[in-house]
Amino acid sequence: MSNATKYCALPRLSWRFIHVWRRNAMVWRKLAIPSMLGNLADPMLYMLGFGYGLGRMMPDVFGTSYIAFLAAGMVCSSTMMSASFEAMYSGFSRMHVQRTWDAIMNAPVTLDDVVIGEAVWAASKSLLSGIAVLVVATALGLAQSWLALWALPVMFVTGIAFGSLGLVMTALSPSYDFFMYYFTLFITPMMLLCGVFFPVDQLPQALQHAAAFLPLTHAVALVRPLMDDTVPPGIATHVGMLLLYAVGGFYGALALARRRLLT
Amino acid sequence: MASLTAHALRKSYGGREVIAGIDLELRPGECFGLLGPNGAGKTTTLRLCLGLTEPDSGTISVFGMPVPRAAREARARVGVVPQIDNLDPDFTARENLLVYGRYFGMSDARIAERVPALLEFAGLANRADDNIKALSGGMKRRLTLARALINDPALIFLDEPTTGLDPQARHLIWERLRQLLAQGKTIFLTTHFMDEAERLCHRLAIMDRGQVIASGSPRELIGAHIEPQVVEVFGDGAEAWAGAHGASLSERCEKTGDTTFCYAHNIGPLLQDLESRPELRYLHRPANLEDVFLRLTGRDLRD
Repeated sequence: MSNATKYCALPRLSWRFIHVWRRNAMVWRKLAIPSMLGNLADPMLYMLGFGYGLGRMMPDVFGTSYIAFLAAGMVCSSTMMSASFEAMYSGFSRMHVQRTWDAIMNAPVTLDDVVIGEAVWAASKSLLSGIAVLVVATALGLAQSWLALWALPVMFVTGIAFGSLGLVMTALSPSYDFFMYYFTLFITPMMLLCGVFFPVDQLPQALQHAAAFLPLTHAVALVRPLMDDTVPPGIATHVGMLLLYAVGGFYGALALARRRLLT
Repeated sequence: MASLTAHALRKSYGGREVIAGIDLELRPGECFGLLGPNGAGKTTTLRLCLGLTEPDSGTISVFGMPVPRAAREARARVGVVPQIDNLDPDFTARENLLVYGRYFGMSDARIAERVPALLEFAGLANRADDNIKALSGGMKRRLTLARALINDPALIFLDEPTTGLDPQARHLIWERLRQLLAQGKTIFLTTHFMDEAERLCHRLAIMDRGQVIASGSPRELIGAHIEPQVVEVFGDGAEAWAGAHGASLSERCEKTGDTTFCYAHNIGPLLQDLESRPELRYLHRPANLEDVFLRLTGRDLRD
């Protein structure tokens, strides 16, 4: 069997990923409060700064206040950021610097279990970040619908997608510096193109087409109506695209991690 | 049944053969040492035996289980002390053992039962709740050893277990390894410290360039490959003296750095000669494993 075929073999799923997830959760618990506050600070600053500052000068966007419009974007971007940071900076520490993955793989746990555990952990942590923003938005009266609870599974799948894409970078990266490129070339454009700060249809046609292929666009397209008590149009397309990124990203991350660590 | 067997193993990376056809057999209850210079293939051999990488050809079995096919099942019954420290820096000593036990599917209750004895074994009973960052290098190594025992393995892999430790810490590790052997555990050790191998190992294999070039007990290896007496001669005139007198008074003279090593069965005449030369310093000793190692793997620097 050639190496490429070996690395690209289907994932072998098992519940053992829970051990990896629990290890990460146990570390997180030690620093849970500062970590949550840290995750909340960024989106809050954007929301209050832009929302109140810019919002004053702007008419309603699609019948809601600009700050409510922005709140939905912040729920999604905060989920994206949290999953990306966890999978890259923290993931790289565990994989390469601390060699935690090596220690785990000396026990009866496989690399497949580790990568699944990391992806699910990144998604779990990002879900918490998204929930924190959602709770604050609700407290400010910016989300008043039980439908908003449907945002939770959307955030989780978004977290799996960005966690997996982050793990792809982690598996490729020689050092922490490498992640800056990913943020500059991929994450920052998404912040600007995917409907976080303004509706996608404000963009030139070509950029709108590009945005349609980016995962954050589809997360925002689902979460914003849900927070505004509306069933989102085109659910199948949006969920489909998110799942595509989640599954594709995970598979890519696994193949690349195998190539890096099982040689 | 052998604890571990490897047959005709081969492994190449990018066209360079790192493991070039080796056979190994570990008998239950023995300490088996794999010796070799840096880059000889020791760590790769361990990784192959743990199923962390696949051989290009050859077979491995651990407790009768085929590796890598049943590597996960095999790993459930072994313990590993890796060369590079990978304890969890975010946890205390006790938490490290707890989390590691979970990887073996052990219940928290069962792990909690085992932890006090393991901390005692590591000499860390009073440091149980200290963070890893507060432990010395020797303490970390002992904790890594205790961690490898969490699942009560019958076979323990140790990859250069005392590299970087001070003499006191090394002796303590050796004493603990002897305790484990006394309990009937099998140990598979890699090292490039000859004194470590000589003290601990029942049998050894010397590896170089991916092949086993000699194997046997330390005593057998010394008997088979080297003259029993050695005189080391140091200092300015040593090289000139070796050329003029040493070579003819011994069976073999070799130079490493500024020291000349003279080997012989009957070393009396050479010692008499040196007695009359106060300007030369020398040391007479029985041959040891290091002499065998240098003879077989050469005296050139390996990087």
